[in-house]
Amino acid sequence: MLCHICKEKTATVHLTQITGDKMHKIDLCEECAKEKGVNDPSGFSLADLLLGLGASQELEQAAGGTTLKCPKCGFAQVDFKKSGRLGCPECYQTFAEGLEVLIKSTQKRAQHKGKVPERLRAQRNFELQLASLQKKLHKAVEAEDFEQAAQLRDEIKRLKGPLPAATVK
Amino acid sequence: MNLDEFLEPVSKSVHRKGPHDRIVLSSRVRLARNIRDGAFPGWAKKPERMRVLEIIRPAIESLPEMKGAFSETMDNLEPLDKQILVERHLVSREHAAKSAGSGLVINFGETLAVMINEEDHLRIQALHPGLQIRQAWQLVDRLDSELEEKLDYAFSNQLGYLTACPTNLGTGIRVSAMLHLPGLVLAEQINPIITSVNKLGLAVRGLYGEGTEALGNIFQVSNQMTLGESETDIVERLEKVLAQIIEHEENARATLLERKAKVVYNHIGRAYGILANAHSISSKETMNLLSLMRLGVELRLFPSSAGLIVDELFILTQPAHLQKSHVDKLSAEARDLLRADMLREQLRPVNRPIIKPGGTNSAGLDKNEKA
Repeated sequence: MLCHICKEKTATVHLTQITGDKMHKIDLCEECAKEKGVNDPSGFSLADLLLGLGASQELEQAAGGTTLKCPKCGFAQVDFKKSGRLGCPECYQTFAEGLEVLIKSTQKRAQHKGKVPERLRAQRNFELQLASLQKKLHKAVEAEDFEQAAQLRDEIKRLKGPLPAATVK
Repeated sequence: MNLDEFLEPVSKSVHRKGPHDRIVLSSRVRLARNIRDGAFPGWAKKPERMRVLEIIRPAIESLPEMKGAFSETMDNLEPLDKQILVERHLVSREHAAKSAGSGLVINFGETLAVMINEEDHLRIQALHPGLQIRQAWQLVDRLDSELEEKLDYAFSNQLGYLTACPTNLGTGIRVSAMLHLPGLVLAEQINPIITSVNKLGLAVRGLYGEGTEALGNIFQVSNQMTLGESETDIVERLEKVLAQIIEHEENARATLLERKAKVVYNHIGRAYGILANAHSISSKETMNLLSLMRLGVELRLFPSSAGLIVDELFILTQPAHLQKSHVDKLSAEARDLLRADMLREQLRPVNRPIIKPGGTNSAGLDKNEKA
């Protein structure tokens, strides 16, 4: 088995880390292991290592062999290989496919849970509320409950009226 | 603004106390944030970084928490001052290496520090003494909420806050505590603890974070994953693990005293002997020996007044702090001499450790005792 990092020497250090229900494995030669501080358990975290590795291959796959570049910032997959960092927020769209595997393997879940910026939350609430009212309106019309329908129409008008201050696209 | 005048002198800052600070030296929560319109600092060219800095810095300065803050661009800071900030844990090593296009804002009281254009546009951190993770999260959360009214953050419904490195996606949160664990190290139980903490998806690192060694028996424990779990869940999970590590450390100390008291006294006595008498000593050796003296204070082999001296020396004997008190640029060798001079001088009022016959010093181990 060859070392995951240098891909030259035989791997003699085998690491396994289990996080949640996922298992990560990595095989290194002695020199690369030393260089990455694997022998010093205090400074070692598998995620740091994993990032520099499989990730670039994934991105390569996403690019379908061609040099995919971010239209916004010009960042290419080879650049990720070098730094393990992306070019700009837009890159997450550009390289979405390749990143998916990487994100799933290093993170708990590929769906954000937790804090949401207030202005986006307002927008999201607005959309949810509107959808719910429109559904009710539709039902009322179907049931020929026009009094109710008129009420709902006014409500929708009110909701749409002055759009929330910060509506983002 | 002059950094020396802004930062609280070490002789004062060592008086900052927090719960469980016998073992938990400090609690830190940092958030990674980026603005939507702009390449990440590592990819952006200098004019772009300058533009982003000009957008972000005034926004931070205008926050009520930042009244009387220290705010500076990194190119305006002397290399020595940057190193001082690293030794005080107010900026990362990576940020200290930055120059034009990066900036720094620290609040009065030094509980909040915002790095601009480090790896991300914003690294907002709250730092509290002792075990106060929850408080640190609340503080940093409030600052972040105020800031999002002024800045258009890069955020996706699926991936949360977008960051330069995919390991910080989602919440962008890194919750960490700095732990002093001499008992577990002496009892040779530290490696199994690190392994099991790793298995829980938490990282254990050295004194200065990523890729640094555990000097002075000081370890940083932090969450690894940032996406798919809410901030409060992460905070609570870390709190639980920390409570267990604290218990293990207390147990290790108690067991050591019970079974290997001579070994412990020998380590502490030797540490004192060298620190109080050496004429040349490296920063690394100093840290490791001061750690043992700190343990000695907690085991009541030294009076509690020695605790403040030890904590102060922990910071003052580090390279940049040592250099700061001297005009000439010091070589590493010269620093080792000066460090030893400082240690001998400062430790003069501290008598050698008192070991009561039969090892009845275990009074200091009462778990319920407040430090």
